[in-house]
Amino acid sequence: MNEFPWLTVLVAVPLVGALLVAFLPKAPGSALPKLVGLGVSVLTLALGLAIAAQYDNGGGMQLTESHEWIHAFGVHYALGVDGLGLLLILLTVLLVPIVLLGSWHDADDANPAAFFAWALALEGLSLAVFAATDVFLFYVVFEATLIPAYFLIGGFGREGRAFAALKFLMYQLGGGLVMLASVIGLYVVSAQAGRPSYLLSDLANLDMSTNAERWLFVGFFIAFAVKAPLFPVHTWLADTTEKATPGTSVLLVCVLDKIGTFGMLRFCLGLFPEASQWATPVVIVLALISIVYGAFIAIGQDDLLRLIGLTSLSHFGFITLGIFAFSSQGASGSILYMVNHGIGTAALFLLAGFLIKRRGTSLISEMRGVERTAPVLAGLFLVAGLATLGLPGLSQFVSEILVLIAAFDHAWWAGAIAVSGIVLAAVYVLWAYQRVFTGPDTPDGLPVRDLDRRETGAVAPLIVALVVFGFFPMPLLNVSNPAVYDLLQHVGVSDDPPVVPAAGTDSHEEGQQ
Amino acid sequence: MNPLFADAVTAFSKPHIEYAQLWPLILVFGVACLGVLVEAFLPRERRYLVQVVLTVAGLVGALVGVGFVAHGLDSLGGGAARGLIAAEGTIVVDGPTVFLWGLILLFAIGGALLFAERRLEGGVSAFAGQAAALPGTEAERQASTHGLDHTEVFPLMLFAVGGMMLFPAANDLLTMFVALEVLSLPLYLLCGLARRRRLLSQEAALKYFMLGAFSSGFFLYGVALIYGFAGSMQLSEINEAVRNDVANQALLLIGMGMLAVGLLFKVGAAPFQSWVPDVYQGAPTAVTAFMAAGTKIAAFGALLRLFYVAFGSDRWTWQPMFWVIAVLTMAVGSVLAVVQTDVKRMLAYSSIAHTGFLLTGVLGVQSASELSDGQVTSLQAVLFYLATYGFAMIGAFAVVTLVRDAGGESTQFARWAGLGRRSPMLGGLFAFFLLSMAGIPLTAGFIGKWAVFTVALSAGAWPVVIAAVLFSIVSVFFYVRVIVLMFFVDGEGELASVTRPSLLTSGTIAVGVAATLLLGVVPGPVLTLAAHAGEFIR
Repeated sequence: MNEFPWLTVLVAVPLVGALLVAFLPKAPGSALPKLVGLGVSVLTLALGLAIAAQYDNGGGMQLTESHEWIHAFGVHYALGVDGLGLLLILLTVLLVPIVLLGSWHDADDANPAAFFAWALALEGLSLAVFAATDVFLFYVVFEATLIPAYFLIGGFGREGRAFAALKFLMYQLGGGLVMLASVIGLYVVSAQAGRPSYLLSDLANLDMSTNAERWLFVGFFIAFAVKAPLFPVHTWLADTTEKATPGTSVLLVCVLDKIGTFGMLRFCLGLFPEASQWATPVVIVLALISIVYGAFIAIGQDDLLRLIGLTSLSHFGFITLGIFAFSSQGASGSILYMVNHGIGTAALFLLAGFLIKRRGTSLISEMRGVERTAPVLAGLFLVAGLATLGLPGLSQFVSEILVLIAAFDHAWWAGAIAVSGIVLAAVYVLWAYQRVFTGPDTPDGLPVRDLDRRETGAVAPLIVALVVFGFFPMPLLNVSNPAVYDLLQHVGVSDDPPVVPAAGTDSHEEGQQ
Repeated sequence: MNPLFADAVTAFSKPHIEYAQLWPLILVFGVACLGVLVEAFLPRERRYLVQVVLTVAGLVGALVGVGFVAHGLDSLGGGAARGLIAAEGTIVVDGPTVFLWGLILLFAIGGALLFAERRLEGGVSAFAGQAAALPGTEAERQASTHGLDHTEVFPLMLFAVGGMMLFPAANDLLTMFVALEVLSLPLYLLCGLARRRRLLSQEAALKYFMLGAFSSGFFLYGVALIYGFAGSMQLSEINEAVRNDVANQALLLIGMGMLAVGLLFKVGAAPFQSWVPDVYQGAPTAVTAFMAAGTKIAAFGALLRLFYVAFGSDRWTWQPMFWVIAVLTMAVGSVLAVVQTDVKRMLAYSSIAHTGFLLTGVLGVQSASELSDGQVTSLQAVLFYLATYGFAMIGAFAVVTLVRDAGGESTQFARWAGLGRRSPMLGGLFAFFLLSMAGIPLTAGFIGKWAVFTVALSAGAWPVVIAAVLFSIVSVFFYVRVIVLMFFVDGEGELASVTRPSLLTSGTIAVGVAATLLLGVVPGPVLTLAAHAGEFIR
């Protein structure tokens, strides 16, 4: 227990900042709202780091706060972080200032103050999602994130964004309402067991019938599958990333979509361990389809932003695969993957955005030879791209290899199919790079301006992180491992012991109690 | 003298009326009568101010009175219920009654303020200058050039409010029928009094009257059949008869069905919903706002009381019927709302869909022994939903009154394009009401939806809950489409603009927004209040 409500402050600062930015008196064209917005996001980053500094790599929920909220529903305002939550919180607080800096001029023709305000609102609500330890509270903020996301997509970006925003919202709310049925089901089950409560700590040890558990699991899983996204409910992804500004896409794909995989770990596995194992075959197949199918359609895209969006489908397939492989490598790999994918894809989106702004088109077929005049842009894009395809020495490699080990451990065919995703990743990244950056002069012969200092500054931290965590992933693993350990214990699986002649194999049975 | 007759005369005693508990109801009727006198004796130019002040004061007085009455109710059955049976067994003043009274009066005050708005039409109210003048005639032109106003709308509204208050408080079928008529007749009239688009308004009134009269017939026939079955009009004695299973089951079933038709018509449930869009669209928007909130609350109160008290022990018989009707209502409301191109009609279909969600709560009734300690009861859920629904509806319709073009209110979708960009404040408010109706978290609608779905699921009605979730998704679509229209579409041709209202309308909207937000973020107190209301007493 901690006296100072760190997490509440962490959530409140960006939300208050959003209001401040929105209602700041502003002269047209003034940079004041933007500066205030950036300042708030940096303050949030500092708070996030302060929380990380207090976090003790022990495991369990820390910095917990709990107050009764709606007595009649057994709902609490309860926050807390474990290793998983902390990593995603850090990812969020890191990405938002970068996004704001990177899309400084993106909303200038519309209403820049609104863009910054919505982005901050999205940040605050996402942080609340990662910190919530009450299912009802989680659901409320989970759904509430859609409102800023919707206005970010619909208000800023390219022609056709209103439709993309509507499609996005319909998918997400549809998934959310299915989850609502399950959330309500949880209440009913918990009421039957005695006093209704929504606290994770109360629900985790709830006794429920196999059937009820499976139905509730399905409701939660569908919502998270839409969010993540997984095949076959991914079709909003490409449209959204194509129409929204790259900054919005970063917030959506790198922060908001993580809620899907975060939810699978925290809620599907945490609340319905038996049902999660029951559903594993189906989920693994969906994850594999996402990996391969996502990569194939990414290869076929001519729109750079669509392409990057669809690579995420493949990556989320990997994350889900790792989660449902039920081993410590898989779970650690998935958590690491979430962070690394967030960093790498953010860099790709931002760089693609800078490029598109210069060229005035997002079509790969109308670009060529950019590296001759913009070598920094090309180089950074190559590094981010190589990270995405899992080049050793860059951070994504570590997580990918962990997930693949887990997949092979789970079933050889799962691993074999997943590996093909890496090969395909090489194709879509390198082929896109080749078409856009190499070759003779640009089609219209105009040189492409290289990155300016603001743009380089926005992307540089991401590239540094990719390299640092590629060589030295231990800080991340140290944070996530206790959470993984707790989770797998709860699910009731333990890793297969190393095969040593004459050693006992009872640890496996022990796990299956 | 015939000794028998003498006996009867001496046995006659004055009926005992519990004035201490009933005075809010009597106050409303009294002020309504006073309003009629004002119409008769005051010169025309002074009526408006007097009527407005009188009406609002009467309603506020009654609301305060309801607070006192609620505070003073005796607890019964170890706190499971509170209240008493008054007026010789015809009226029940119990927890749910006073809760509903409070809601009805609150929305009536909002309605009265909207009725009184005069700035939007340039100094006159939204009601016809002279209802008797045929549309398009010289008489009508004269009425409008003289700036005539129908101030009778205020006493009419008060009579309707009185009927609405009596409806859920009725403890026997005859009182219930009287209340039904008292609440309906003034509304029929009010619907036909629009200043603009008078033909549409009169058509709406006629349609509402015809269908309403027809459904009243059903209700009355049901009353007769149930009397034949139970030998009494009293709800508690009907309950006894049902429990003892004394008489002809066919009478009971047919009677129950007929009563249900009458009530389901009033709440606008499918397949009796066909009047709703026409009436909501044609009626003056202020009347629509008042009616959408008030009638539904009153009728759901009566529906709950009738089916929980009189037929409560026979709920296995009527629950399947409600399952079907709830799903059908949600389907009709949300699917047809998708194809609407008029804001008022869209809201009308959305109101039908809300009826379906409310019925989902109604059918989630369980006996006290089946509920665990502290679990939400179906009555509590429905009462809470009614509160959230009323605030959102009255607020949304109040916003509709402000969006105008040269021909008065402009409700075509095409005219609303880009409205949110031209006036972000109003667009934002309307979007907020829509989000609440769609049930997005942090708005009142979400908590309401959660509550009714929960009780239905607890009662084992999972097919209904799944249907409700599916239709919620459909309904999200048409709400969000309006938001898209307001914020992200560039309009063409003649577009509506926002007229600055006086404090009357903006105050109503502000209260609606505040309540919708508050009930969404801290629903605890109102939920506790609804739980505190306890059960119906018999």
